[in-house]
Amino acid sequence: MANEIKSSEITPESTYLSRRNFIRAGVFAGTTLATGLTYRFFNEPPPKEVVTAEIENIKKSLDAPIEEKLNTFEEITNYNNYYEFSTGKTSVARAAQDFVTRPWTVEVGGLVQKPKVFDIEDLLKFEQEERIYRFRCVEGWSMVIPWVGFPLKKILDAVQPLGSAKYVAFRTFYDGGSSKNPDVKLPSGRNGMQSAFSAGIDLPYVEGLRLDEANHPLTILATGLYGKQMPNQNGAPIRLIVPWKYGFKSIKSIVKITLTEDEPPTTWNIAARNEYGFYSNVNPTVAHPRWSQATERRIGELSSRDTLMFNGYADEVANLYNGMDLKKYF
Amino acid sequence: MDDIKFNKILLFSNALVPLAFLAFDGFRGNLGANPIEFFLRTTGVLTLIFLLVTLAVTPLRKYFGWNSLIKFRRMLGLYAFFYGFLHLITYSIFDKSFDLSAIATDVWQRPFIAVGMLAFFLLIPLAVTSTNGMIKRLGGKNWSKLHKLTYPIAILGVIHFWMIVKSDLKYPFLFAVVLAFLLGYRIYTAYQKPKPIKAN
Repeated sequence: MANEIKSSEITPESTYLSRRNFIRAGVFAGTTLATGLTYRFFNEPPPKEVVTAEIENIKKSLDAPIEEKLNTFEEITNYNNYYEFSTGKTSVARAAQDFVTRPWTVEVGGLVQKPKVFDIEDLLKFEQEERIYRFRCVEGWSMVIPWVGFPLKKILDAVQPLGSAKYVAFRTFYDGGSSKNPDVKLPSGRNGMQSAFSAGIDLPYVEGLRLDEANHPLTILATGLYGKQMPNQNGAPIRLIVPWKYGFKSIKSIVKITLTEDEPPTTWNIAARNEYGFYSNVNPTVAHPRWSQATERRIGELSSRDTLMFNGYADEVANLYNGMDLKKYF
Repeated sequence: MDDIKFNKILLFSNALVPLAFLAFDGFRGNLGANPIEFFLRTTGVLTLIFLLVTLAVTPLRKYFGWNSLIKFRRMLGLYAFFYGFLHLITYSIFDKSFDLSAIATDVWQRPFIAVGMLAFFLLIPLAVTSTNGMIKRLGGKNWSKLHKLTYPIAILGVIHFWMIVKSDLKYPFLFAVVLAFLLGYRIYTAYQKPKPIKAN
């Protein structure tokens, strides 16, 4: 019986059990760690704050003051849409970290007497004023944001629109995806922008306003927020803010402004004609085809609140739409 | 403790890890600027993940012969129900302030809500009949017929996800592909039944 196992070779039961428990404890810890890391991989914590330069000599504006609580800088800079960088609202801040916004020019032309290319440094020399506005996203969330900027009208007056000009078209900088792009300044991908395919919308992003909407005193070109120059993720270095319209109308990182006779194409309208109209005024009585617009969640609040007609700016802007069927021209 | 029991504990606790993270981050105010939306989206995605993993059990058993996986399927299915319940309750309380008439209006007017709601209500009888006693009472055949509802539930779940996304369909597409593969496998094997042996 050469194969007989000597009793001394048999692992004592207690050793066997403790070894097995040891392995099990390891498996338990290992799988829990792996699950946790997987969760963190898909839900990254927000990146470190990037603080931009102060804007000096800001005039406090008395236009449309509101009594509502401001959203924090952290909220405004870590939760927003910017599809060129990411389709995730909490991922934009990180993705836009390397966006290069100098040198930067804004070309203003089309149906104007004096077409002009503005350098961003010159635009920052315009008198800057603070505008505290409600911001209502078409998705049903909202914020109150202290923008810094100046009325769009200032630029339009400088180029002197022709009588035939009826609309203003805007275009966002874009260098992602295609080498045929007119705005390419840097090797593709250097800025962190993604392809139009990944974004799911046509890029470069384009928007438009009627000329009277563009000239309205509430309509501004914003160069910053909370007294600081515009953070990359919020549309640096200069963006439009039209407070009575859904957020996607307020186009970011503008490189071109063109006055036109016909209604210009707009990105989300191209993506879904029946869901996002040219006007896209905030209107609690006209539902988005897939969700209600009657209420909104103010970021920082847990319960929802009622959405206001024209986002609370009806007194100032309702007369722009006299006699228009707002269900048809949504 | 035998291995099956240990593996069950392993699965049970791992399936709670995302919830633990949600609770921990939520408690410290680290769920981002819109914590409700984050919680809603995460529990929704977890529901779909558990549905698909539940549906992966049978193909894995048949293809690799991992028969013991069947012992974990009930828990996987119940986790799908659990996260689906958290998803629905979050929507009901925070989006709709538990206003039943507002919820009914939403179901009526918003197809994607109706689709999600239907999927959840179809999950209820499956959760209720998941005990050994209920399996006995129904009889194995009836029970497995009833639990075929998992297929339409998963399809409705993926459609629900697809309908709410604005433009970036990456993740809904990924779920749809996995689901198509898992259901396709079943159709494929159904047609591969052994041919009757010829009498010689």
